[in-house]
Order: sequence, then structure tokens, then C-alpha cells
Amino acid sequence: MRRFIEKSVEKVLMASGAITSLTILLIVVFLFRQGAGLFRNSVVEENYSLAVNKTNPVEKLTPEEIKNIFDREIVNWAQVGGLNEDISVFRLNDITSYVSEEALGEEMQFLSHHLSEIVDTHPHIIAFIPNEYIRKDFKGKVLDVGKITPSDFFAGKEWFPTAQPAPLFGLLPLLLGTLWVSFAAILFALPFGLAVAIYLAELASTRTRAVLKPVIELLAGIPSVIYGFFGLVVVVPLIQKTFDLPVGETALAGSVILAVMAMPTIITIAEDAIRTVPRATKEASLALGASQMQTIFKVILPYCVSGIMAAVVLGIGRAVGETMAVLMVTGNSAIIPTTLLEPVRTIPATIAAELGEAPTGGAHYEALFMLGVILFLITLFISILIEIISAKQIKQQQ
Amino acid sequence: MSIISTKNVDFYYGDFHALKGISMEIEPNTVTAFIGPSGCGKSTFLRLMNRMNDLIDHTRMTGEILIEGQNIYDKTVRVDELRTKVGMVFQKPNPFPKSIYENVAYGLRVNGIKDKDLITHTVEESLRNAALWNEVKDKLKKSAFELSGGQQQRLCIARALAIKPRILLMDEPASALDPLSTSKIEDLIFTLKNDYTIVIVTHNMQQAARVSDKTAFFYLGELVEFDDTQQIFLKPKIEATQNYITGRFG
Ligand SMILES: Nc1ncnc2c1ncn2[C@@H]1O[C@H](COP(=O)(O)OP(=O)(O)O)[C@@H](O)[C@H]1O
Ligand SMILES: [Mg+2]
Repeated sequence: MRRFIEKSVEKVLMASGAITSLTILLIVVFLFRQGAGLFRNSVVEENYSLAVNKTNPVEKLTPEEIKNIFDREIVNWAQVGGLNEDISVFRLNDITSYVSEEALGEEMQFLSHHLSEIVDTHPHIIAFIPNEYIRKDFKGKVLDVGKITPSDFFAGKEWFPTAQPAPLFGLLPLLLGTLWVSFAAILFALPFGLAVAIYLAELASTRTRAVLKPVIELLAGIPSVIYGFFGLVVVVPLIQKTFDLPVGETALAGSVILAVMAMPTIITIAEDAIRTVPRATKEASLALGASQMQTIFKVILPYCVSGIMAAVVLGIGRAVGETMAVLMVTGNSAIIPTTLLEPVRTIPATIAAELGEAPTGGAHYEALFMLGVILFLITLFISILIEIISAKQIKQQQ
Repeated sequence: MSIISTKNVDFYYGDFHALKGISMEIEPNTVTAFIGPSGCGKSTFLRLMNRMNDLIDHTRMTGEILIEGQNIYDKTVRVDELRTKVGMVFQKPNPFPKSIYENVAYGLRVNGIKDKDLITHTVEESLRNAALWNEVKDKLKKSAFELSGGQQQRLCIARALAIKPRILLMDEPASALDPLSTSKIEDLIFTLKNDYTIVIVTHNMQQAARVSDKTAFFYLGELVEFDDTQQIFLKPKIEATQNYITGRFG
């Protein structure tokens, strides 16, 4: 009987292990499948096309060129490899300035005819029109814009998912925003975290430690929205005033909040690492006439450097994936950051903010899944890094 | 004139009375062995001489320890300076996670010596004095952890010698080593006696008999007998010493 129970417990444990691994695998497969769908989407919005005059030599436009043309930032065909002529932009609701409403017919039955005529008679036009009005006898040239390519995504410098006619799904501003905020956060958190860890492990009396330790652990348990509130009320206004900025919601605000959030992780791991230093090694240093500070900086820290590295990497991992607090204080504009005093937008914040409004199954939706894939890859990379570091640590201790 | 002189030393770990009224005079350039069953307070007493027990919370000492005439527990004494005068070698080899060279140079560096030539010269000299130079001279940049246990312990001795202490405290320095390494350490102690005063804790009777001039037998926190080594091993005055040496207990 006892044997039987033991056997079944073993089976259950094995099964739960298998189920966990399977779930993770499923999540990954699902993410990748959805995300890869992005590259099956046309560059322009679904069921729409771009048409130009037959005489126009331009054959192809990149998503960014399309956006800039319709934003009137590109105004001459020469800028996109055409003739030196001004571009005139045409959207469907511009139709009334070309033909009267009567001419379109009561049920718009003449619309496609007129569209065809307009494109045919205006040599420098570019028209963004629904596919249903492009008939066989259409006299313009429909541009072959192709599908969204991986390079549009991975090397794209703009994230503009609702732009018409061509949404932009450029990863770079979000990726760089994420890394920028996370690394700045670690830069702030590391010196403080390390100082606290050293203090706790080497200097604090048992009493101080008994008070400090639970406070730090509590810090790790606070929900991130609360940190977000703290950031909004305290950090953001402070940054705005100190640097005399129009808005205080900046990368800096995000990093400061993330630094505070990553601190407990860094402190705990680093303190554990410092505690692994054998008493005998410390005593050897002191016995040679070294002071306590010399012992800390010349012997203890070098001894546990890989443990501290692990703390840093774990801290980064915490920062990279953090969503809520960052969403609340970074200003969320998807521009490639150059200083800490600009608003930025991170990958998790983008997913959280936009998933609700992106139509299910559309390009935008799939692009957000692609972002999920990227986030997953970053965290995977970080985990592997931690594995490597701790493997090295174990080897060193032997 | 004794170099170490302790007067009526009592020591407590919290409520535990670990050393009871120990008085002892140690002459310069001698080797003194501390023997006695484990837990009798040998290490505790040894570690009082370079104030290593300061690191342990809730301890208390009464009595006096004078080194070269100065009370080392006086408020004006700087502990780090004391420790440059009184070096220590521990039970298990405990090199730093640094190169062989840097292990020996460490004591010089933390004591403010920056002169490169002087450091290089002292490292070599210390390694020679610790009878390790020939084995490591081609791999000074290698990690100290690549050495064998016996080599590591001699490295720790070299490290302690580099800052030129007057006294060398050794707490069972060979207990973790194989017989060959042990005999190398013993030979070393013999030559080091010319320049240093050595106090060595050992649980190995033969070792105490071989290397020391004076032997102190401790039992339950008390100094039972302290005399010339010859005397202790041939004609101990106290029965407990006799029993311990002949292996009837301990
Ligand atoms: N850090 C400490 N805290 C409390 N008791 C200790 C400590 N170190 C040693 N002791 C006790 O003091 C006694 C003497 O220890 P020690 O000097 O290490 O003995 P020995 O070196 O002779 O084996 C032992 O009973 C031991 O349990
Ligand atoms: Mg001992």
C-alpha cells in the first residue's frame, strides 16, 4: 500500500513537471505562430490599394515612404525615385472636390468609374482606395506594395500602428526604449543595491539586519501599480522641476522607478553571494593588517563577483519585463531615445497599452505578438546568461 | 626578556568560560607548541594574540597580553598595526581568489606599499623563505587555487612572511595536509625560527616534539603545564599531561 502511494506521488510529480514544460512550450509556439502572421500582411491596410497614374515611373514604395507621403512630409515624386513633380494625395473622401455628388449616382454606382478617371487624368496623383472600386477596366496603375518584411519590423525606426494607409511596425524604438530604461535602471540600482548588500552582510549588527531585511523583502512584494503611483506623484514632478522640462514623464522617471523595484532582487542575491565568502578568507585578509574596507573591496567582492553578476542580470530581467509602473511614468512615445530626459516606450508597456484596441487577427494585433516574441527572446537570453554565470560560480567554488 | 607575555587571561564566549587564568611567557626566536584535546581553548588563546577574537560578537576578556612590552588590548593600539607584527597561518589553506603573486603581494599593498620593485623583490624573497619559490616561479600569474593543498599552505605562510611580522601564529597548519607536505612545513618551521617567534597549535604529538622548544598543555580552558618540550615529553610533572601524551585520553 505504502509503496503504491509512493509510486503514485512520484507519477503525479513527474506529470506536473511534464505539464509545466508542455505549457511553456505551448505558450512559445503560440506566440511565434501569431507573431509570424505579421509577415503575411500587406504593407497597406487590408482590402485597400495604392494607385498612381500609368505614366508614373514609380513601381514600389516602402511603408515609411507611404506614411511620409500621406503625412505630406514627402511632397515630390523625385524624393521616392520618380519625376520632379509635386505629389498630390488622394483619399476616398476627397472625391467630392473632383466630382459632384450627383455624378456619383444615387447608390454610388459610378464611383469606380470616376476613381479610374481621376487617377488617369492626374499624372502626379497617388490614390488610396478600397479594392472593391478597382475594376478590371481601371486605368491607373496599382502599386505592388508587397508584404511587411522582417526588415520592416526588425530594422524599422518608427512604431506607428494606426497610421493610414500604411501602419509602421518598427521594433527599434521600443527595443531601444526597453533596453535604455532597463540599463539606466541597473546603473542606478547597482551601486545602491551593492552598498546595502555589503552593509547587511558585513557591517550591520544582527538587530539592524533583523529590521532591514523584512523591509527590503516587503519592497519586493509591493504591486507595481503602486510603484507607478509613487512615480507619478513624486518622481515625475521632481524630474520635471529639476531639469526644467515640459513634461516629467521620461525615460529617467522609468529608470528610477525600475531601479527601486529591482533593488530587492539585487540586494538579496548580492547579499547571499557575499555570505558565501568563507570566514577564513576574510580572516586571512584581516590577519595581514588589512582594514575592514580593504577586506571588503579587495577580497570579498572579487571572491563573489560572479554572484554579483547574477544579481545584476536578474535585476535587468526584472526591469526588462516590468510593465505597469513603466507604462505609468515614461510618457510612452515611441521614439528612439537619445537622452534619459525624453519620453520613451518599452515593449511590455506597448503590448499592455495597445492590445485592447488592436483588432483581433489584424496586422497590429500580430505585431504585438511579435513584440511578445522579442520580449521572450530577451528574457531567454538573460536566463541563459544567469545559467552560464552560476555554472561558472559553482566551478570556481570547487 | 619575553616577546609575548600573558597575565591571568580569562576569556568568555557569552557565558561560556573558555580560558581560565592563563599566564605564559614566550621567548623570542623560539617555537612554542600548544597541545591538548580538541575544544580545550588552544585556538582561542592563539587568536587572542592577534586580536582575531575581536571579530566574534559577545566575547569578553580579562587579564593582559603584552607583546614586546605593550598591552595589545590597550585602547590606543591599532589592531591593523598589531596584525602586521603578529602574522597568522590558519588550519586550512585559505589563499585569496587571486594570482600566486598577488596573494603574497596583498599584505604589502594593503599596508600602503606601492614601490613595484620592492613588492616584486619581497614576493620572491617570501616565496623562497616559504620553500615554494622553485615550484611556482614560472607560474606566478596563475590562480592560487591551481596549487596543491600543501603548496597552498606554504603560499599562505609566504603571504604571512611578506609583511615581515615578528611573531607567527600557526593554528594546526599541517592538519589538512598529506605527510610529505607536513614534513615540508615542519622543516620550514625549523628554519623560520631564526627570524621569527613561532607559536604553533598542533594535535600531533610527534610534531610538537619535533619542532618545538617549549610545549604548553591545555585542558578544559586551563594551562596545565608549560615547560621545555624535552621536559614535557620525557618527564611531565603533572599526571594529566602524562596521560594525554601517552594517549590515554584525548
Ligand atoms: N565562536 C565561538 N563561539 C562560542 N564558543 C566557541 C567559539 N569558538 C570556540 N568556542 C568554544 O570554546 C572552546 C575552545 O575552543 P577552541 O579554542 O577552538 O579549542 P581548540 O582549538 O583547543 O580545539 C570550545 O569548547 C568551543 O566550543
Ligand atoms: Mg582549534
